[in-house]
Amino acid sequence: MKTLLGSRKISRQGLARRMLGIGTAVLLGSLAAGCDSGDKKGLTVGFSQIGSESGWRAAETKLARQGAEQRGITLKFSDAQQRQENQIKAVRSFIAQGVDAILLAPVVSSGWDEVLGEAKAANIPVILLDRQIDTPNVDLYLTAVTSDTIEEGRVAGRWLAGKVQGRDCRIVEIQGTVGASLVANRKKGFEEAIATAPNLHLVRTQSGEFTRAKGKEVMEGFLKAEAPGSICAVYSHNDDMMIGAIQAIKEAGLKPGTDILTVSIDGVPDIFKAMADGDANATVELAPDMAPRAYDILLAYRKDHAPPPKWVQTPSKLYEPDTAAAEYARRKDLY
Amino acid sequence: MNAVIQRLKAARPQLALLVLALLVNVFVAPGFLDLRLQDGRLFGGLIDILNRGAPVMLLAVGMAPVIATRGIDLSVGVIMAISGAVAAAGVNAGLAWPAAILAALGTGLACGLWNGLLVAVFRLQPIVATLILMVAGRGIAQLITEGRILTFTEPHLIAVAGATLAALPLPVVLALAAAGLTGLLVRATALGLFVEAVGTNPRSSRLAGVHTGLVLGAVYVWSGLMAALAGLIATADIKGADANNAGLWLELDAILAVVIGGTSLYGGRFSIGRSVLGALVLQAMRTAILRAGLPPELNLVLMALVVAAVLTQQSPAFRPMATRLMARLKNKEARA
Repeated sequence: MKTLLGSRKISRQGLARRMLGIGTAVLLGSLAAGCDSGDKKGLTVGFSQIGSESGWRAAETKLARQGAEQRGITLKFSDAQQRQENQIKAVRSFIAQGVDAILLAPVVSSGWDEVLGEAKAANIPVILLDRQIDTPNVDLYLTAVTSDTIEEGRVAGRWLAGKVQGRDCRIVEIQGTVGASLVANRKKGFEEAIATAPNLHLVRTQSGEFTRAKGKEVMEGFLKAEAPGSICAVYSHNDDMMIGAIQAIKEAGLKPGTDILTVSIDGVPDIFKAMADGDANATVELAPDMAPRAYDILLAYRKDHAPPPKWVQTPSKLYEPDTAAAEYARRKDLY
Repeated sequence: MNAVIQRLKAARPQLALLVLALLVNVFVAPGFLDLRLQDGRLFGGLIDILNRGAPVMLLAVGMAPVIATRGIDLSVGVIMAISGAVAAAGVNAGLAWPAAILAALGTGLACGLWNGLLVAVFRLQPIVATLILMVAGRGIAQLITEGRILTFTEPHLIAVAGATLAALPLPVVLALAAAGLTGLLVRATALGLFVEAVGTNPRSSRLAGVHTGLVLGAVYVWSGLMAALAGLIATADIKGADANNAGLWLELDAILAVVIGGTSLYGGRFSIGRSVLGALVLQAMRTAILRAGLPPELNLVLMALVVAAVLTQQSPAFRPMATRLMARLKNKEARA
């Protein structure tokens, strides 16, 4: 028993917490797990996921499982169903089980200090996935693996500027749900990128609440409100709203992708399908492989003990129709 | 004829509101009232409002009798999501389109029956009884769609939102037909009277021989059916079942439409026609806001202000206050 514990290098504090807090069964269970992960190859990682509210989220979970398998990591997965208290419980249970690291996709940005403090006291590194948290103490987590949402907007804007060259272009924007920081950032980045091109004008912006139905309704409104044929491009904060907008453009008797250029963000399978069909022009991918990136950071950190940067940005890659068919085939089963 | 004039007179406030909302649209987008016929279908701002407003019109048609029984149906938005998911999953699994549509409508009936059972037989308070489905239903819809947006290419199912009948978009025809049929059911028979009696005083109406349980159950079943039809339209519109977002918060729009239509949440008198007008007022305002080119942050604020003004103006306590205020102002003027 003692040698087993010794080989796990558990801090005294952590051990005491465990002895007090949990029943023998859990203790024995965690010791058994500890036995497996005693050798360097087999890490045990806990992942507290927000839920499965979107296709993107489901893909992130799937890639987390696949990535863990490929690296010989034992993944303990917990779905919080959009509730912070479930995530806090999950993190506490991961600590009690003595995992080697915790991945956390935080559902909200505040209220994590206490539970992350507990993880720190137990010497378990925490990596944030796809969202940041508000805390005065950034030592509470090892790093955050997220996309740069301002950069996503910039990539979309730069692509459009390059696509229309010097031509005058009246752009309409379909925003996500008002009030989300993501929305403010994707708007800001896009506006930054087109500010340098005097021929690009953002003429209308309205919220499509991230859904296909509202995206379609908003685009119908834009098409009616602007003079016929005067809209040159649509920028949408996500692909789903763009798919709705594409339908509205078609129903107005225009050809999306030709009469009106489209650029949106996320990279969900259906937008690749639309691009392959010639109905859309570009999408900026929000890479769903956040967990595998976190595993690699973790493995490197355990090897050379050099702390990674506090923010690891995933690339915001732009895809165009030339690769769309292949990308669709690659993704359709992932989402 | 007299009856029609009577009805129109009763609907004066709602009609005035609708005209006002349409005027705002004309102000925002000149040429809004233009109608043109192209390929056998009418196009124009008015048609857009009818077309976009069709789902909430349907929900309001189902909601009005429910509210008249002193009840409420919070689950209609979710029923839209479930029935849409059933239709999409059906055609994708190889079901023929009529079968898929029937399955979707049947799902709506079943959901309504569940609500009706809880309210009429188990005597749960309607707000709680329908809250159960409202909370659990999105999960059911997500199970059916496996958490993704289930797209389909079945042309007949898509036609539910895209086809044209009598120069009008099919959703408009469906909504108006449903409103007409419901109006006929409740006003050409004693059904409407029973509904109002149950809402006004359930005990005395039972003693008078009205089968209150049956009436209560029936209004929820009807509401479920209307919601399923609205769900079919919403799903066909985007050629996909979006379990997370289809019908989201539309139950509140439907309740608001019925209230703008002059039905009290304490039950009693109701009007299908005025509820439909209420739904159109909401849609006309929404269309105006969308086309005005204002910052989207203002959408909800504007909507709230308008609704507050409309409802205050309808409140029985407000009119005497307003009259007194007017009289005082007039007095001051006279004195000056």
